[in-house]
Amino acid sequence: MSNLDASFAALADPTRRALLARLALGEATVMELAKPFEMTQPAISQHLKVLEMAGLIVTRVDGTKRPRRLAKAGIEAMDQWLTMLRKALEKNYDRLDEVLAAMQSNPTMEPNAKRRKR
Amino acid sequence: MNTMTMTQMTLKTEGDTHIVVTRRFAAPPEAVYRAHTDPKIIRKWLLGPEGWTMPVCISDAKPGGKFRYEWSHPKQGSFHITGEYIELEPHSRIVHVERMHLPDPTPENHVETRFDPDGTGTLMTMRMTLPDAQTRAAMLATGMERGMEASYVRLEKMI
Repeated sequence: MSNLDASFAALADPTRRALLARLALGEATVMELAKPFEMTQPAISQHLKVLEMAGLIVTRVDGTKRPRRLAKAGIEAMDQWLTMLRKALEKNYDRLDEVLAAMQSNPTMEPNAKRRKR
Repeated sequence: MNTMTMTQMTLKTEGDTHIVVTRRFAAPPEAVYRAHTDPKIIRKWLLGPEGWTMPVCISDAKPGGKFRYEWSHPKQGSFHITGEYIELEPHSRIVHVERMHLPDPTPENHVETRFDPDGTGTLMTMRMTLPDAQTRAAMLATGMERGMEASYVRLEKMI
């Protein structure tokens, strides 16, 4: 689960988002990934390391090559968590709507808010 | 009465450590502010998913005052949050810090909640500042395990 936090941090960087977008098209090597960017391969490798530690991509060993691809599980886990969180928050606030309605129709719940009309 | 569009919640992250939630309510800021500070009212709604109750709800709403919320679920156990109020501007603004106990305390989460008049109702804007990445990791983990993120750990998602 700690991967989820790393996922957010990983996605905060535009280069890493671009790398993910590229990998969404299919597996690619570091050299292939570095090509469209004005960055060195070590710099790209560093970004890939962040993405991998966040569980967003995985590395395959293919002879001397190390092609990367998207890890669907990482991205899906993040989506799931966001959905769960939003539902729970919405539940709270829907409940609060009812509580606020009750407060308005039952002023004794709200001793400080008695309106005095002159 | 259709308040669906009026009350739709938004939730989005800003950078690595900020989370902003907005929500409209069909009640004036005085009432919404009170619902966030009066323990008798807090325990009626700050419950997260179905099945959770709040056996302990203490809130001393003054600068430096402490609060403590304990949640319990018949199958999923219990946990609690403690915090302190830093600034209170009735009925427009609350600033507090809090941490979750699992039972070890998570790092502190800093929260500013604003209540702005919006017609006859209120626009609430809650902005959380997490001190570091680990905090959010702990919160995420808690949310998944307990299904209880809702409570006072507010996070993510743009509609």
